[in-house]
Amino acid sequence: MSQSESNGKPKVAFFDFTSCEGCQLNKLNFENELLDILELVDIVEFREAMDDKAEEYDIAFIEGSISTPTCIERIYDIRRRAKVLVALGQCAVSGGINAMKNAMPMEEVQETVYGNDKYLFPSIPAMPVSAVVKVDYEVRGCPMSPPEYLHVLKSLILGRKPEIKDYAVCVECKLKENECVLEKGMFCLGPITRAGCDAICPSNGQYCTGCRGPVSNINKNGAVEMLKRYGFSTEEALKRMKMFNTNELEKEIKWGKE
Amino acid sequence: MSRDLSINVHHVTRVEGHGNIVVDVKNGVLKKAELDIVEPPRFFEAMLKGRNFHEVAIITSRICGICSLGHQMTSLKATEAALGLEISEQTEILRKILVHGATFQSNVLHALFLAAPDFLNVGSVFPLVNTHKDVVLAALRLKRLANEIAEIVSGRAVHPISIVPGGFTKLPTEKELIELKDKLAGQGMKDALFTIDVLASLAGEIPRFERETEYISLYNEKEYGLYDGVICSSDAGLIRVEEYERVTNEFIVPHSTSKHARFNRSSYMVGALARFNNSHKLLRPKAKEVAAKLGLEAPNHNPYMITVAQMVEVVHCIDDTIELIDVLLDRGIKDEKPNQEPTRFGRGVAATEVPRGILFHDYTYNRKGQIEKANCIIPTGQNLANIDDDMKKLVPEILNEPKEAITKKLEMLVRAYDPCISCSVHLLDVKFEE
Ligand code: SF4
Ligand code: SF4
Ligand code: SF4
Ligand SMILES: [Fe+2]
Repeated sequence: MSQSESNGKPKVAFFDFTSCEGCQLNKLNFENELLDILELVDIVEFREAMDDKAEEYDIAFIEGSISTPTCIERIYDIRRRAKVLVALGQCAVSGGINAMKNAMPMEEVQETVYGNDKYLFPSIPAMPVSAVVKVDYEVRGCPMSPPEYLHVLKSLILGRKPEIKDYAVCVECKLKENECVLEKGMFCLGPITRAGCDAICPSNGQYCTGCRGPVSNINKNGAVEMLKRYGFSTEEALKRMKMFNTNELEKEIKWGKE
Repeated sequence: MSRDLSINVHHVTRVEGHGNIVVDVKNGVLKKAELDIVEPPRFFEAMLKGRNFHEVAIITSRICGICSLGHQMTSLKATEAALGLEISEQTEILRKILVHGATFQSNVLHALFLAAPDFLNVGSVFPLVNTHKDVVLAALRLKRLANEIAEIVSGRAVHPISIVPGGFTKLPTEKELIELKDKLAGQGMKDALFTIDVLASLAGEIPRFERETEYISLYNEKEYGLYDGVICSSDAGLIRVEEYERVTNEFIVPHSTSKHARFNRSSYMVGALARFNNSHKLLRPKAKEVAAKLGLEAPNHNPYMITVAQMVEVVHCIDDTIELIDVLLDRGIKDEKPNQEPTRFGRGVAATEVPRGILFHDYTYNRKGQIEKANCIIPTGQNLANIDDDMKKLVPEILNEPKEAITKKLEMLVRAYDPCISCSVHLLDVKFEE
């Protein structure tokens, strides 16, 4: 990567849009590595932790979904000034949990929230960053997986292309020799969800809610069939799959409606 | 003095979420002093409708990553109350440890990483790495240790995994607990006391400002009320959690996408200082010593002292976690499965003291165990009216100072409340009054 600063360190900036700020917080949770990271990069903008602002960035990390007209203006502006733009966490990558509201009629959602004054605050469907500007890399998960984020950051600093996994959480789960939660009578989205989190939920006895989004070759009908085998109706199966993935599934899966 | 002054801090830094400070003085008369909340709304209550009881805490956790443990905890308690799910004593002790861990983590993050730069006149914690490396390292170790509590007991620090309605899907081992206890009692307590000494040496940097207000927190006669208790108001005494709406009385103001609250006055305060004022007698002796050293005495009416109260609580939480781990080790960890067999379906209300103050979740379930109605009342929302009232008293008192100094004091004031704006704009059934 070419560095715009004379000190040779890449200028890194963090921005938050509609989100829970959990991914931002996760970045401060590298207590052991934080000082090493600071040796390698120049953090030029990070509103949650510092006052400074900068004109341009070598790497801009974006957290959160695009969900208001103001968000669109801001993200265009950041994209213009950023050499590399990375979507951080599922809100930014796909709309994540924010997109659950997209499956409901917009009028109805706004009316529950604003009553008769629903036009006071314009709101648009929660969109991934990539729906508005070009995204160069992504770090998935809700919250984003810290080791994966470190991998992407280090690769970009070294000018390498980060490695992205595209197989199911089940693979990681089996490697960890976890007891499969399906056997305990829970449902699990591990078979259709993209790995990279080290199957952290099943490793803690909990089911996978699919927070990293579906693998690219998702067998849609197969997934619903599997959930039905474990006693879920098509409607319930879809509902479960949509918790973090409304945007992907609305786009890809038609059979829920037909 | 007939001064004109206009301050507009667009997006206050070092707070969670987006807010602007707007102050307008004409001819020496204060026209406006308020914190505008401009964070985009997130529609959580609409998203909860129809969701199964075991999914609810997973979703409400995403209201705020910074307060995720507090939201999950309150959510689980409300669900359990609504469905008549009993929890075991072991579950309750483990949960108390988690609440301590979250308070410890969040208070350290706020006091040492977000607020401390103001006392040392820098714009962030990063330059302190060069000038105050030992303090930064101690603060980083403390934060890591606090996160370890969450990781060992709940699987993950941001959006915990193994806490579910009725119990835990995975339990910590005795070995993990013993190691954790040793770290807390050793380096952990040492680092906490060291950073507190540094804070004590900076006491002169804390602005002197007083405004008595109503202080509201949970109160528990057996212990410093964090995990559970009844509502306590410094004006009105004790109130049942189920009657929270009598206390919060939410109302809408045009300058904020988050609701405000008031009870017996035009505003009230929640959070570390409110807890300290209401429950200081129940702090662990070590925490009381620290409070004395830091010059914090109840009742204290200076909102800038919230940061100090947070560090007092850090010591309390470390010390009490050590004792709770001892209790668990004495009993031995029992391999219990979560109790998820509802005995009723209906309404359940719960409150927890999360780092920024008292948090309420209120759910109604249908007979299929799915959410029909949900309401969450967030601490930062409850503090917003109080922040506005503080600014209205503060600005005239410091009007003869330079604009930069006034701006800094206002920013420090807002920051002292440790506002969590992500939390406060989850937006419920908002109606605008003009
Ligand atoms: S992806 Fe999840 S953890 Fe990250 S900001 Fe969005 S809701 Fe929060
Ligand atoms: S627990 Fe889930 S992720 Fe693990 S093997 Fe079973 S289905 Fe796959
Ligand atoms: S196991 Fe599933 S829900 Fe858990 S972090 Fe991984 S992808 Fe997300
Ligand atoms: Fe929060």
